[in-house]
Amino acid sequence: MSESAQNTMTHSESHKRGDSSAPKKSSKLFKALSSRTFWRGVISLIGFVIFWEICSRMKQWTGVEVPWIGKVPPPTQVLLAWTEIFWLPGYWESWYLSTGRVFAGFIAAMVLGIPFGLCLAVNRYFHDIFFPPFEVLRPIPPLAWVPASIVFWPTTELSIAFVTFLGAFFTIVINVLGGARSIDIRYLRAAQSMGATQWDLFRKIILPGTLPSIFTGAAVGMGITWEVVLAGEMISGGGQQGGGGLGFFIWSSYMGGTVAQVIVGMISIGIAGYLSSSLIRYIGSIAMPWRRLF
Amino acid sequence: MLDQGKSRGAISIRNVTKIYDPEGVNVMAVDDCSLEIPAGEVCMIVGPSGCGKTTLLNAIAGFHSVTNGEIFLDGEMLCGPEKPLAEQGADRMVVFQHGALFPWKTLAENVAYGPMVQNTMTKTEALDKAGEMLAEAGLGDMAAKYPGEVSSGMARRAEIVRALINDPKVLLLDEPYRAMDALTKSIMHESLLEVYDRTKVTIFFITHDLEEAIFLGDRVVVMTTRPAKTKKIVDVDIKRPRDYTTLSSNRFRELVEETKDAVHEEAVKAFEAGERELA
Repeated sequence: MSESAQNTMTHSESHKRGDSSAPKKSSKLFKALSSRTFWRGVISLIGFVIFWEICSRMKQWTGVEVPWIGKVPPPTQVLLAWTEIFWLPGYWESWYLSTGRVFAGFIAAMVLGIPFGLCLAVNRYFHDIFFPPFEVLRPIPPLAWVPASIVFWPTTELSIAFVTFLGAFFTIVINVLGGARSIDIRYLRAAQSMGATQWDLFRKIILPGTLPSIFTGAAVGMGITWEVVLAGEMISGGGQQGGGGLGFFIWSSYMGGTVAQVIVGMISIGIAGYLSSSLIRYIGSIAMPWRRLF
Repeated sequence: MLDQGKSRGAISIRNVTKIYDPEGVNVMAVDDCSLEIPAGEVCMIVGPSGCGKTTLLNAIAGFHSVTNGEIFLDGEMLCGPEKPLAEQGADRMVVFQHGALFPWKTLAENVAYGPMVQNTMTKTEALDKAGEMLAEAGLGDMAAKYPGEVSSGMARRAEIVRALINDPKVLLLDEPYRAMDALTKSIMHESLLEVYDRTKVTIFFITHDLEEAIFLGDRVVVMTTRPAKTKKIVDVDIKRPRDYTTLSSNRFRELVEETKDAVHEEAVKAFEAGERELA
């Protein structure tokens, strides 16, 4: 079957596969770094930065301001601002605090959301009782929970974590429920015919069958937690208790009037979000070996 | 009692009727259908799409209840008036349309699944046995691959191995080779015949491909369009073992000719009724 596997690869890839005799791991990395997709991505990013630089400097050079992007400091200036704050412990503390909040909320949402979604999917009574209130609460945007959350929880930290949790929880539950429900009935029938008990069905069929949806839900949920945590940090104002975080970093930079620093904060979040979703994709590919075919 | 080899897998379908009732509209899928399948027979069920063939299979497998009538396996009642839904069991293994190997298990793990959940073997034993049986079916190199990595023909062959490891009395095949190209199909046919010659398991095989039916079957049962009834039963008196040269034999051609009209007539009726297929 390696023929059909190779057929699906592009010409250049199959060529490379032929002459790379290095150990598997390094050849994989080599393949990724030498692939056209990777270089297209690099060129695209560099092109974007150059475009931004030119647009920002246009007024300085020609006197004509490019709308919108002309108001933004050029990347060189942002980079300069970055090198300045790069050495400040406060900046990294912001990373640490926001990441901690995101993962606290996210992990809580996974731990509670996956079993809850599975229960909704497999038990009719559970579904009939818990689904209606769930559906009423689901459309409420996480940020609308902020005031209530501050009332609920003794510390700002907990309030932010709770709102973050809500952001991911509903998405994860809906994905798990949908995923478990859409498992092909033939798998269940085949397993049952072979003598699988209810517990076997759950563990060996429903759970692995739902994994792809769990990871989709996790990826979407992770994005939402980053959105929510930053907004939460801005609203809470960082306070004495809540302190710092990238959201607060952006807000205070804005208040302090350094737009370059605002952009540093924004890009930091972009990178943090990208790293988080890469992590989820990576875990997904380990948990679901059958999905990374060829 | 009959002797061991021959006593397994006789199916008796007696006056089975199935009425679906979606949203209060009665749809009769099977109407008073009776059929005796002796142990070790390859019984081919041919009929137009959506005529109720699968309904019959689902009743035997225990996926759907019957509205009326009884089905027996080796003299024991599977379903009847008091128990309209048969229990699912490893004595009747189904090979599904489009295939239903678990995508998250390798071929070997798929095959080992039955003995493992039945606790008849330990995991290692089951995987060893699975590897052996896959190798016998010419899939030795594929044992560690996931279903998504192998061709549909190999997947279907592995699915038959997954059924056979449970030592079933009956194999229920629901158009397993549908949507396969003619060449792959003929390879699949030969490998199924090889399995049959080795195991002599009773085979209940649904298809709408008449040539496939005559090539594989001991008997071909032509069903009417919905509600399904037996319209014509043809005994295929071509000796086994058969191979692809059988397809060009005179007797094969004669049997196709003899049956074609009956099948065509029902296909036309089904087409004119124009109803959507039932599951």
